Amino acid sequence: MDILFAPTHSLLISMLLPLLAVIGIIVLDRRPNLREAVSIGTSIIVIVLVFNLYRQFKAGVAVELSLFEILPGFAIAFKLEALGMLFALVAAGLWLVTIVYAIGYMRSHHEENQTRFYACFAIAIGSVLGIAYSANLFTLFVFYEVLTLSTYPLVTHAGTAEAKRGGRTYLGILLGTSIVFFLFAIIGTAVIAGSLDFKAGGIFPEGTPTAIPSLLLLLFVFGVGKAAIMPFHRWLPAAMVAPTPVSALLHAVAVVKAGVFTLLKIGVYIFGLDFMSTLATTDILLYLAGASVLIASLIAMRQDNLKKRLAYSTVSQLSYITAGVLLATEAGVIGGAMHIAMHAFGKITLFFCAGAILVALHKTRVSELRGIGWQMPITMLAFLIGTISIIGLPPGGGTWSKWYLLTGALEADHIAIMGVLMISSLLNIAYLMPIPVLAFLPVAKQGEVKPPLHEAPWPSLLALTFTALMSIVLFLYPQPLFELAAAIVN
Amino acid sequence: MLAHLPVLHVIIPMMAAPACLILRRRDLVWFVALAATLMSFAVSIGLLLQVLESGPISYEFGGWEAPWGIEYRIDLLNAPLLLLVSGISAVALFAARKSIEAEIPKDRHALFYIAWLLCMAGLLGILATGDAFNVFVFLEISSLSAYTLIALGKNRKALWASYQYLIAGTIGATFILIGIGLMYMMTGTLNMADLSERLPEVSSSRTVFTAFAFFIVGVCLKLALFPLHVWLPNAYAYAPSVVTAFLAATATKVAVYILIRFKYGIFGFDFAFSSLPLQSIFLTLGLAGIFVASIAAIFQDNLKKLLAYSSVAQIGYLIVGLGLANETGLMATLLHMLNHGLMKGALFLALAAIVYRLGEAKLSEMHGLASRMPWTMAAFLIGGLSLIGVPLTVGFVSKWYLVTAALEHDWWPVAGLILLGSVVSVIYVWKVVEVVYFKAANERTAEVREAPLSILAPTWVLVAANLYFGINTELTVGITRMAAVSIFGGL
Repeated sequence: MDILFAPTHSLLISMLLPLLAVIGIIVLDRRPNLREAVSIGTSIIVIVLVFNLYRQFKAGVAVELSLFEILPGFAIAFKLEALGMLFALVAAGLWLVTIVYAIGYMRSHHEENQTRFYACFAIAIGSVLGIAYSANLFTLFVFYEVLTLSTYPLVTHAGTAEAKRGGRTYLGILLGTSIVFFLFAIIGTAVIAGSLDFKAGGIFPEGTPTAIPSLLLLLFVFGVGKAAIMPFHRWLPAAMVAPTPVSALLHAVAVVKAGVFTLLKIGVYIFGLDFMSTLATTDILLYLAGASVLIASLIAMRQDNLKKRLAYSTVSQLSYITAGVLLATEAGVIGGAMHIAMHAFGKITLFFCAGAILVALHKTRVSELRGIGWQMPITMLAFLIGTISIIGLPPGGGTWSKWYLLTGALEADHIAIMGVLMISSLLNIAYLMPIPVLAFLPVAKQGEVKPPLHEAPWPSLLALTFTALMSIVLFLYPQPLFELAAAIVN
Repeated sequence: MLAHLPVLHVIIPMMAAPACLILRRRDLVWFVALAATLMSFAVSIGLLLQVLESGPISYEFGGWEAPWGIEYRIDLLNAPLLLLVSGISAVALFAARKSIEAEIPKDRHALFYIAWLLCMAGLLGILATGDAFNVFVFLEISSLSAYTLIALGKNRKALWASYQYLIAGTIGATFILIGIGLMYMMTGTLNMADLSERLPEVSSSRTVFTAFAFFIVGVCLKLALFPLHVWLPNAYAYAPSVVTAFLAATATKVAVYILIRFKYGIFGFDFAFSSLPLQSIFLTLGLAGIFVASIAAIFQDNLKKLLAYSSVAQIGYLIVGLGLANETGLMATLLHMLNHGLMKGALFLALAAIVYRLGEAKLSEMHGLASRMPWTMAAFLIGGLSLIGVPLTVGFVSKWYLVTAALEHDWWPVAGLILLGSVVSVIYVWKVVEVVYFKAANERTAEVREAPLSILAPTWVLVAANLYFGINTELTVGITRMAAVSIFGGL
């Protein structure tokens, strides 16, 4: 056991175990119960390992591991730091929850090719942890691409023409931006700075003229397509053709957060906040992120399809984090990092609920949801909590991250961005709040029989209750999360 | 014996060819051809190790001293290519036995292997020789046997394609011969090392300039640089599948080698880049080739043609690397020669497996093929990802250095175009993926089974090489860097 808990081993094994689990999942193709047991068992071990890492990390143990060099000077290497720790905790924790949810969802929805589903899911989580642990941009990029490719079969899971179209947009934008902009920026950085290691305060040598780094920042922000800044956001709504557990974990948490996580890393450890604030493009991109926040919210209001509405809401929320980075202040980064976790719990709850409604009542449109709260009280209560957290009202965890983002905007004297955040909160209320409110409107006229209770399968219900409660817990006890976020900038 | 290593890899297949003519028995001939190729491969490994250990090897043919006799010279530039040519040839021959059953009449099989051996001997000879005229001789040997191999294709259009290649190839070879002849006229020598010393003395003369111009155009025809590529798509599309795999992975690379050898080794860097605006010509044509050919590839239904156009595009990358004219650029070109050989070898062998089962290479006939041939299509997919340049494959490594080379010049737009080019390849690779993975199997594909192991195994050997050299680049990057440094250091 000790060997397992040596920090570098925990790090390596937590990342490789999901990949190894793929073999077990494929072998057990015809025995679904055992196959899901492999997924659950793996994710429990991964959680234990990640928590062990967290314990060690808090105790101040440095965890570093360099595997091998792919190109001379550019190694596959891992190093644990606060932001990566935070991301790993969120991703690993929610993986287990999502698998529990998926078992209920996939079976009662009679999905096909479930083996492929669980296998790709495991690869995706393995690569998310790889991204979280990366010690340099090179390693991060490798796992970033693996993540794109391993989630493609999940998006196109249904195999229909619509899924194929969605998959095309998904892969086209994510792979395209990553090659043309992201890789370009990485090589550019390597040529100018001579290194790609994440280093506190940035890696550009002092006195570097700002012209080219400004260009690089532009390439980075557009290149990390997973952060879904406009106009490269369309892959996210397109990905909604995927089964709901995929939308929940990958397209509300793992994949999209990998995007903003990458931007945070680049802002803090490649450019450094001070250097970034001197770049000409920072402000332009900041306003673009602000525009992204508002426009995506406006589009969300017009979506009748529940998952699409949530997707546009995610686009909007991701730009909060992107803006947090680009504010180039400590509070902005803290707010952005905290929002990774807060939004994760809130949005995954909402997606879980959307899936539960689909499975139990076969409804996908917002306009059909009137009165369903009486049939699915637990689900819709969870939805309400998720909504409150996303809007940023107590007792939702989102309150804290928005608070720091606002502080960051104030510190940087960007009153316009403050305004954007305020208006956006109002818009959030406008497009999310009607759903739970509508759900609890009286539906049966006098004398009619109320429709019976009809909740989703219990594993799904368990999962969404847990994430909803976590949103409240994070409001009451934000301290550990805050400490991690604050450690990034100190 | 060991002293004769530098010629053995050429001599063995060349002697094996007439021996096969006597044997005539199909399986026996295959066995001898494979054995000869494997021996060449072993010799190539030995040569590479020797070069790495003790520097360039010079071998005097028949004991005649260098400027008068013919010299064979193995150095860091050609040693890895010897390995590529003999290695791909061995792997492809392994698959050939089964694959040509479906594509070539039985009574021609012996002839097929003989032509193959001669073609390989020719390619290896070009690489190994240190004599300019010898290059031409071996070029003709390899070309004539390649025309034969292509003409053996099942479709009658193969004859036309072979004829097209014959015309283009002969014009190219003639131009090369004119170039070499003019050089000989001015210097009185044919030995490369000797030429490189004597040419600068007369470099201001118009004759040398003309020689250079003829030579470059001739070689560019042979290596199918856009817009001189017209012969290539048909030749690749109608040749027997394994022949395509072999030629696509090796023949154009050898032509690029000739270009590098003469440009840097004989004319010298300064002359090559000052007498002609070669840098801008290479950059323009290379980039144009990347885009024109990649876009053309998108519209092909015949997968062989699709990959052939992709080859033209990849040649564009090689030429852009040369056009960048710095150490990293040359290194990227050398690296991509090896890497592209591996990816196209894997892709065309996977295609050979498809053709073996399906009887043709039309994409529109491949609906849902992945469910019937999962291993073949997985190989194709990995090959395709390598072509796109996804990390952990060889394609990524090449692209990394090519872009680095462009950025060392501060040529950001060039770097951007190089990367944009690989996005176009996403489109044509994914076009295939969508048909074979998403379309439901039709009547035709429903009956298809997975390819036989004798084709699948060699394919996966190359796929594994794509991944291995994408992760462990010590060997490839190390050698090509040393080669580039030694060439630029020698200026």
